[in-house]
Amino acid sequence: MNKTPLHAAHLESNAKMVDFFGWDMPINYGSQIEEHHAVRQDAGMFDVSHMTIVDVIGADAKAYLRFLLANDVAKLEQKGKALYSGMINEDGGVVDDLIVYHFDQTNYRLVVNSATKEKDLNWLNKVANGFDVSIQERTEFAMIAVQGPNAKAKAGSLFSAAQQEAVADMKPFFGVQAEDLFIATTGYTGEAGYEIMVPIARAHDFWNELLQAGVKPCGLGARDTLRLEAGMNLYGQDMDESVSPLAANMGWTITWEPSDRDFMGRSVLEQQKAQGTEKLVGLVFRDKGVLRAGLSVKTADGEGKITSGTFSPTLGFSIAMARVPAGEGAKPGATAQVEMRKKWVEVEVVKPSFVRNGKSVL
Amino acid sequence: MSNVPNELRYASTHEWVRAEGDGIYTVGITDHAQDLLGDMVFVDLPDVGDAVTQADDCAVAESVKAASDIYAPITGEIVEINEQLEDSSELVNSDPYGEGWLFKIKAEDEAELESLLDAEAYTNSIDED
Repeated sequence: MNKTPLHAAHLESNAKMVDFFGWDMPINYGSQIEEHHAVRQDAGMFDVSHMTIVDVIGADAKAYLRFLLANDVAKLEQKGKALYSGMINEDGGVVDDLIVYHFDQTNYRLVVNSATKEKDLNWLNKVANGFDVSIQERTEFAMIAVQGPNAKAKAGSLFSAAQQEAVADMKPFFGVQAEDLFIATTGYTGEAGYEIMVPIARAHDFWNELLQAGVKPCGLGARDTLRLEAGMNLYGQDMDESVSPLAANMGWTITWEPSDRDFMGRSVLEQQKAQGTEKLVGLVFRDKGVLRAGLSVKTADGEGKITSGTFSPTLGFSIAMARVPAGEGAKPGATAQVEMRKKWVEVEVVKPSFVRNGKSVL
Repeated sequence: MSNVPNELRYASTHEWVRAEGDGIYTVGITDHAQDLLGDMVFVDLPDVGDAVTQADDCAVAESVKAASDIYAPITGEIVEINEQLEDSSELVNSDPYGEGWLFKIKAEDEAELESLLDAEAYTNSIDED
C-alpha cells in the first residue's frame, strides 16, 4: 500500500487508517464531525500528498492546455492564477477534474486526483502528441491543505518573512512558489485557506508545527462532508468517463468562446448541449434520516439517482447531490421523492451548494 | 481494542444488555459497534409501550457512514427510551455503555438471557470479524 510522507504523523495522532485507492490514508482521528466543525469554525488540515502534481512546460504549453481542457487557460493572465477544469474525452465524458496554475505561457502546474493517476498521466501524454511540451510528475512534494476561517493566520505563523510577503495580498485561486513552499489559496471545503506543497524532507516537521499552531488534523471523512456541503464534485462519484460535464454541474467550466478554439470533446459537448442532458441538483432532507449515494430519486420528469449524500454537520440535516432528468422537477424549489430504507420520502430540490464560509446558503 | 465490560450480556448483532432488577433490562450498542459505525447522527428509537421480539429490528442507528438496524436482544415491552439521544446522538459514541444507552425492555421471559453471549464469547466473536 502507498504511504504519504505524513503517514507516521497520522499514526502519532491516532488516526483510523483506510485503504483509499491503494493509499493508506486517515479517515478520521477520532471524530469526523468534530474535524468537520474545526474547519468550519477554526482551522483544520488534510494530508493531500496522495494527489498528483504535474508540471507542463514547453513552447506549446498554453496551446496544449487550451486543447486538453474544456476550460480555457487563455483566461489566465496573472502569474499564479488558477483555474478549475475538466479533461473531457472524445465521447464527451469526464476523464478527471483538476486545478491548473499558470506561471507563464510556457509553464503551468496541474493537480489531478490520486485515484486516477495512471489514467491521467496516460491521457496527458496521449493528448500531448504533436505539441512541444514536457509533462513531468513532481514527486518531491508532500501537500497539506489548511482550511478554515483561522487557517491562513495559523498557517501563516509558520511562514518566513518572504513567504508572508508573497501571500499577503494573494486573492482566492492563486498559487505562488515562495522559497521552499508552493502556497496556493485553493481548497476543497468552501472555506478560506491554503493548499501548501512542502518538500518531503520538511513535511513531517511542518505538520507538527501546524499542530502546535492549533490546526486540527482532519481525515478523508470530514473532507467528504465539507466538499459536499460546499457543492463540490468528487470524481468517480458525481462524475466519471460515462458522464457529461453538462450533467455534472460543470457547464460553467466549459469555455465555449472563442468558438474556433478546438478542445478535446468539443464537438460531442456541443451536441449534448443542443440535445440537453440530465442535471446534477442538490437535495435537502430536513427530517431524520440520511440521503446516501445510490438511492433512487423521482422527480416530476422521471427517475434519477443520488451521486453523493451525507449528513451535513453544519446544517444538522441531510444533503445530497443527485443526477435527475432536466425539467421543472430539477428546478430549485421543486419537490422530489427519495427511496430511503424502503419508504419514499419527500425532499427539496436546491442548487447544488449548501454551505459557504461557515454559513448556510440554502 | 474495544471495551467489553464483563458484567453485561451481548447479542451477536452488537447490542449489550444490563439487568436493572424487576425484569427490566437496559439495551445499548457496544463500543465495537459504535467504533465501526463512526459518528452517530440520528438514532431512531421504538416507542414506549411497543412490544418487541428477540432478534427483530426495533431501532435504527444512523451514522455518518451508514444506517444500521438495531435488534431487540430479548422479547418484551419497551418501558423507557433514552430521550437525550434525540438531540445528542453522539453519546452513543462517547459513552456507549453509559449515557449512550438506547432503551429499556421489561422482559417477557428472563430465560432468554441465557441465549446471549457473555463478555468473553462476544470478544471472541468480534475478534473473528
